[in-house]
Amino acid sequence: MTSVNLPSDSAGNTVTAPETQTDAVAAPSKKSQHEVLYFALRSKKFIFAVAVLGFLVLLAIFGPIIDSNDPLAQTLGVNTPPSTDPGYWFGTTTFGEDVFAQFVNGLRATFFVGLLGGGIASLIGMSIGFIAGYKGGWVDELLNMVTNVFLVIPTLALLLVISSYLQRSWPEARGVFFESIFVGVTAWPWAARAIRAQTFSLRSRDFIDLAKLSGRRGLKIIVFEIAPNMSSYLMLTFILLFGNAILIAASLDFIGLGPTSGMSLGLMMFNAVSWAALLLGTWWWFVPPGLGIMATVGALYVMNVGLDEIFNPKLREL
Amino acid sequence: MLSLNRISKNYKIGTFGGKDFTAVRDVSFELAEGEVVSLIGESGSGKTTVGKMILKLIDISSGSIVLDGVDVSTVKGKDVKGYYRQVQGVFQDPFSSYNPIFKADRVFSLIRVEYFPEMARSEWDDKVEAAVRAVTLDPGQVLNKYPHQLSGGQLQRLLVARALLLDLKVLVADEIISMLDASTRIDVLNLLADLKSRGMGILFITHDLSLGNYISEKTVILRHGVIVEMGATEKVFGNPTHPYTRMLISSVPQLHKKWAQIESELAAPIAGRGGCLFHEAYPLAGRTADSKDDPTLAKIEDNHFVGCFELESEKTARVA
Repeated sequence: MTSVNLPSDSAGNTVTAPETQTDAVAAPSKKSQHEVLYFALRSKKFIFAVAVLGFLVLLAIFGPIIDSNDPLAQTLGVNTPPSTDPGYWFGTTTFGEDVFAQFVNGLRATFFVGLLGGGIASLIGMSIGFIAGYKGGWVDELLNMVTNVFLVIPTLALLLVISSYLQRSWPEARGVFFESIFVGVTAWPWAARAIRAQTFSLRSRDFIDLAKLSGRRGLKIIVFEIAPNMSSYLMLTFILLFGNAILIAASLDFIGLGPTSGMSLGLMMFNAVSWAALLLGTWWWFVPPGLGIMATVGALYVMNVGLDEIFNPKLREL
Repeated sequence: MLSLNRISKNYKIGTFGGKDFTAVRDVSFELAEGEVVSLIGESGSGKTTVGKMILKLIDISSGSIVLDGVDVSTVKGKDVKGYYRQVQGVFQDPFSSYNPIFKADRVFSLIRVEYFPEMARSEWDDKVEAAVRAVTLDPGQVLNKYPHQLSGGQLQRLLVARALLLDLKVLVADEIISMLDASTRIDVLNLLADLKSRGMGILFITHDLSLGNYISEKTVILRHGVIVEMGATEKVFGNPTHPYTRMLISSVPQLHKKWAQIESELAAPIAGRGGCLFHEAYPLAGRTADSKDDPTLAKIEDNHFVGCFELESEKTARVA
C-alpha cells in the first residue's frame, strides 16, 4: 500500500496532505484557549531564555539590596580576587570598589537604557516603517527621506554636541533617563527601513485585500494583519535595538558623556580596560559586565527564536 | 443591478510619474441578479484590475460603478463598509488569501467583529455553521484549523462561505478555481451555480474559455484593457466576430495557426490607422470615437457587441 502511494505523492500532495494532518491536529485543538501558553511551556528555548533573563532581572532588582555597598566607594582592599567575604563576592577594582555592587547597579542602568532606549527606537522605527510601507506613494517618499537624513547623521557626534551643551545649560539632564532618550531617538533608522521593506511585501498579499473587504482599514490592518505576521521580526528588531542601545550608552559613558554619577556595565568594562585590568590579570573586573551584556542580549535572541516557534503555527512541532 | 460605466485605470509610471499607462480603458457592462458574467482575458489584459476596481481595492481613474442606482465609485470611508455588505470577492490563490499565522476561520470572526458585533455567540456560530454547510463542507472538519492544514478547494469554499454571511448581491470571483485540481473545480463551479440560482450576481473572472462557456450567461472578452467582444455567451461563442475572439476560441482545442501569424493579423488594423485603440474601424459607422458619448462597441446583433477591428471585406477594399 505504502510503496504504491509513495511515487504518486508529489502529484497528489495537495489532496493527501490535509487528511494526514487531521489526526495530529485534533489533540492540541482542544487547548485552543491556552494554545500560546501550551506551546510556550513546551519550548525549551523560550524557557531557557526566560530563566536567564529572569535571573538577571532579579539580580538587578534585589542585588543592590543584598549588597548595599556604594558601587563607587573606594573603601575596600584593592585588586582583591573574588571570595565569599561580604563585599568581595566579585572581588574589587584597582581603587578598592566592590565589583559585585558595581555589577548589580550597572545591570539596573543597563536594563533601563536598553528598555527605554531600545523601546523608543523600536516605537519610532516601527511607526515610520509601517506607515511608509503600508501607505506607499508620497508618504513613503517623505518618511524615507526623513529616515535617510537620520541615517547619515553621525549619531555619536550629535550626542556629543547635545551632551556637552546640556552639561553647561542643564546639568540635571545628564542622567540615565535622558541618555536613554537620546539613544532612542537616534537609533531607529535602520529598523524603520527594514520594517518598511517587510511591510511593503506583505501589503500586496491577498489576505490584506480580504481584510479590507471585511471592512478593516489603515491602522487596524497594520496592527492586526501585518504586524502579527512579522511578530518575531519585530521582536528581533527590539532585541537588536536593545543590545544596540546598551552598546551606544557604553560608548557614551566611555567618552565621558554618560551619566555623571552612577554605574553601568559599559562603564565598568571601560574602566577595567582603561585601568589595565587585562594587563594586571584582574579578570573579575571585566568578565562580569561582559558576561552580563552577553547573557542579556543572547537570552533575548534565544527567546526570539523560541517565540517564533510559538507564534508561527508552521514551525510548531505537532 | 451592478453596472460599470466606462471605467478606466491609468497608472503613472517612470521617474516622477512622467508616463501614463492605461491598464483598463472605457470598460462598460452590466451584471444582473442571478446572472453570471464571465470576464475572459489573457494575463495582463486588465481583468483582475476590473475586479479590484469593483471591489474598491483600486481607485477608478474615470468612469463610474453603479449598484442599484447608487454611484458607489465615490463612496468613501465608513460607507465603503456598507458596500462590502453587498459586494464581496474571492481571489485566485487560496493560500495567500488567508493570514498564515491565524486559523482559517478567522475570516469569519473578522466579519463578526466588523458587521455583527451585537450578535450572540451561539447565534453567530449557527450562522457560520449554516454558511459552511451551504458550501458543502463539514464544519467539524474545517473550522478551528490553520490554512496550511486545509486543501485549496476547502479554503476557496470557506471564502465563499464567508461571503455568504453578508447580505450579498454581487460576488467577484477572480480566477477562483485556477489553482484547484480538476475534481475540486467542479464542486466550486457547482457552488457558484447554486449561488446564481439564489439570485446572486457573479462576475466570474477567468482566462479559461471553456469554464466561462460552462457557467455564464454573458461573456465579456478583454484584451489590453479594452473590451473586444461582449454579449450573450452563446452568441459570443457561437458567432465570434472579433479576430481576437476567434483566435481565442480556435486556439482552445487545436493550434493549427502559429502565434506569430495571429499576432500580425491582430496588429494590422491598429497599425494601419493609429490613434484610437478600440474604435478604429467601427463596423457600422466607420468613424473613430472622438467624444465620450460615442459608443465604444458596435452592436452587430441583439445582445452581441464587438470592439474595433476591420472586417475582412473592409480590409480588402482599403488595400485595393
